[in-house]
Amino acid sequence: MSEGVSSRPLGTLKIYLGYAAGVGKTFKMLEEGHKLKREGQDVVIGYFEPHGRKDTIAEAEGIEMIARRKIQYRGAVFEEMDTAAILQRSPQVCLVDEFAHSNVPGSERSKRWEDVQILLDAGIGVLTTMNVQHIESLNDQVWHISGIRVRETVPDWVVKQADEIVMVDVPPQALLNRLRRGAIYAREKANLALQNFFKESTLVALRELALRQTAHEVDVRHVEHESGAATLSGGFAVPGVAHSAASDTPQDRILIHVTPDPLSAMLIRRGRRVADYQQADCFAVAVERGADGRFLPAAEREALDKHLNFARNLHIETRVLEGENVAETLVDFAHRYQVTQIFLARPHGKPRLRLLHKDLVREVVRKARNIEVTVVAERHR
Amino acid sequence: MPETYATRPTPEQLLHRVQAEEEYERRGRLKIFLGYASGVGKSFRMLDEGRRRKLRGEDVVIGAVQSQLPSEAENLLQTMEVIPLKISGESATMDVGAILRRQPQVCLVDGLAYDNPPGSLHAKRWQDVEDLLAAGISVVASVNLQYIEDYREQAEKITGKRVDEAVPLGFLHKADEIEVVDAPPEICLEQGNGESPTGQSAQQLSELREIALLLAADVVDRQLESYLQRHGIEQLWGVQERILVLLRPGTRAAHMIESGSRNANRFHGELFAAYLDHSKLPVKDKSMLESDLALARQLGARVELLSGESLVDAVLRFARSRGITQIFVARSARETWWERLWGSDVDRLVSEAEGIDVRVFPN
Repeated sequence: MSEGVSSRPLGTLKIYLGYAAGVGKTFKMLEEGHKLKREGQDVVIGYFEPHGRKDTIAEAEGIEMIARRKIQYRGAVFEEMDTAAILQRSPQVCLVDEFAHSNVPGSERSKRWEDVQILLDAGIGVLTTMNVQHIESLNDQVWHISGIRVRETVPDWVVKQADEIVMVDVPPQALLNRLRRGAIYAREKANLALQNFFKESTLVALRELALRQTAHEVDVRHVEHESGAATLSGGFAVPGVAHSAASDTPQDRILIHVTPDPLSAMLIRRGRRVADYQQADCFAVAVERGADGRFLPAAEREALDKHLNFARNLHIETRVLEGENVAETLVDFAHRYQVTQIFLARPHGKPRLRLLHKDLVREVVRKARNIEVTVVAERHR
Repeated sequence: MPETYATRPTPEQLLHRVQAEEEYERRGRLKIFLGYASGVGKSFRMLDEGRRRKLRGEDVVIGAVQSQLPSEAENLLQTMEVIPLKISGESATMDVGAILRRQPQVCLVDGLAYDNPPGSLHAKRWQDVEDLLAAGISVVASVNLQYIEDYREQAEKITGKRVDEAVPLGFLHKADEIEVVDAPPEICLEQGNGESPTGQSAQQLSELREIALLLAADVVDRQLESYLQRHGIEQLWGVQERILVLLRPGTRAAHMIESGSRNANRFHGELFAAYLDHSKLPVKDKSMLESDLALARQLGARVELLSGESLVDAVLRFARSRGITQIFVARSARETWWERLWGSDVDRLVSEAEGIDVRVFPN
């Protein structure tokens, strides 16, 4: 699959992962920058977002800062990281705040993580910061917890590429105290924040999510390091390790059924996440009734393309199949490609009204014989 | 469907709540820094927290600290008031009496798992901390994963080293705040010669680190549950994956249970198995179900007997109450004409399991 093919960048990437603004990610990153500098490395700040926080601003002192690039957009001036200037300066280590940031239109690249890729490819080591809610495959879960649809996301494979992920932890109560003291945002914005992301139950849940995600990232990395080792110290089943290293489990292969339906995005995220945890291969497959989607209305065509494109951005291989019967075409493909699990979206609408109709889920379940079928439900709030 | 709904408490519950709150107000607050190995920086973080609280005007003393500290931590130590340890023969214990007489607002206590020498007031340092908390003194403490009772054995299998001292997990659950001191294993390795101060390799450190993060996540999960309970909120969503394997008469479930267990492990989630009353089943189906239940228990599933007329309703009720995120079910071996026309239980489950994924297994 695509992950295997892409070559690893030269520079090492380290991510400071938090669960909310104000947990201290930027501070931690700067602290590490100072430490590396003391050890004799050539360190610069590529982008740093002070948010007017005094401690953080003081911590940035003493590290060379690369001036930002000014970009005009709709009559206003925006500042973005100047990737070209950093490349020219060519430091050993570059500090880049807010990994998930979207650049203003007119920038060379649309996402900051893409700028970081460029730095890594040039052999520059990068320290960066992000929150757990910016991980693409967690988008639905985060929305479910917080009611907020996070727009700026980083694909999971980009995060997976990091050599090191460090959790920046702080208990929610302490964070709320900081917020009330005005140490995170100005008063007005703080009050707004308290009603949204900064509800205590939301923070506690996001923190748990970040801890589990970091544990998973640690797990994935030590699996990679020791791949091939049959048993682990004393046979203690470290979750994930014992199974993934063992050769007796057949390769899992997941097929995600993609349609123009908006639910497809959720299905793709969920499939990607499960595939990552099971270390499974992953396909996204659409079925069209006529060649080249002739019979698809333009709006649906566009939605389908958007979803296929989304899947590819998450490093999922996509296929468009042609067939009159969707269930049959999917299951045929699944059998031919030794798929072990098919992901379908749970159909909309009132179940009773559907009973007598043939529906896709029913049909696929009946035809799939030896294949598991996972019906993914939309999470409501 | 509403996200949450409030439940009205009884007067007894209210009284109980008020009493608990008053008791809570009197006690000191406990904050624990949890590290996965020595050298990760717990003591430093604890001392730094003390420094910041002092800056904010709180009255902070040091009750106990390790004798050998990295230089950064040593510098912090110099700026704070230390209540000297009580020396008796070869051992030194925290001087609880002196701290109680001094009555600070905050006391820093390193090495929670430390065993006091025979003849001391309490056998363990964490019990001394209980006394401080009861006296209204807040405590900031640090502990290493390997010294937590319920994780000692796991850690031992990784490191090959036995530790005799331990703090019960329940003590961590009682903490008001727990903070993970996370850092890449190199931090610990830098201090030794390719291994941590206590002799662990990078691989071992990374395994300990994963366990410490998951332990913290579990503690946080309990906090979330108790928060929601305190506020009368029914939780309808879960951060943790919770897998429910449904055992139905006449379908083999062994492969499903094994897959459930594997998935629960990978997601660091929980495994449940549920079945309907089976007293009226034919002998053959009954014994099959019994062996499936035994397997589920063996693999650590929480087994639940459901009651009710309709399997689907009972399952969904249970799943909602436990925050289940995935239901595993096997499709029927034979389909009756009735099912073909009106849909089987599996079809109903799929279409009615709002908010829960359903994974249908081959039979």
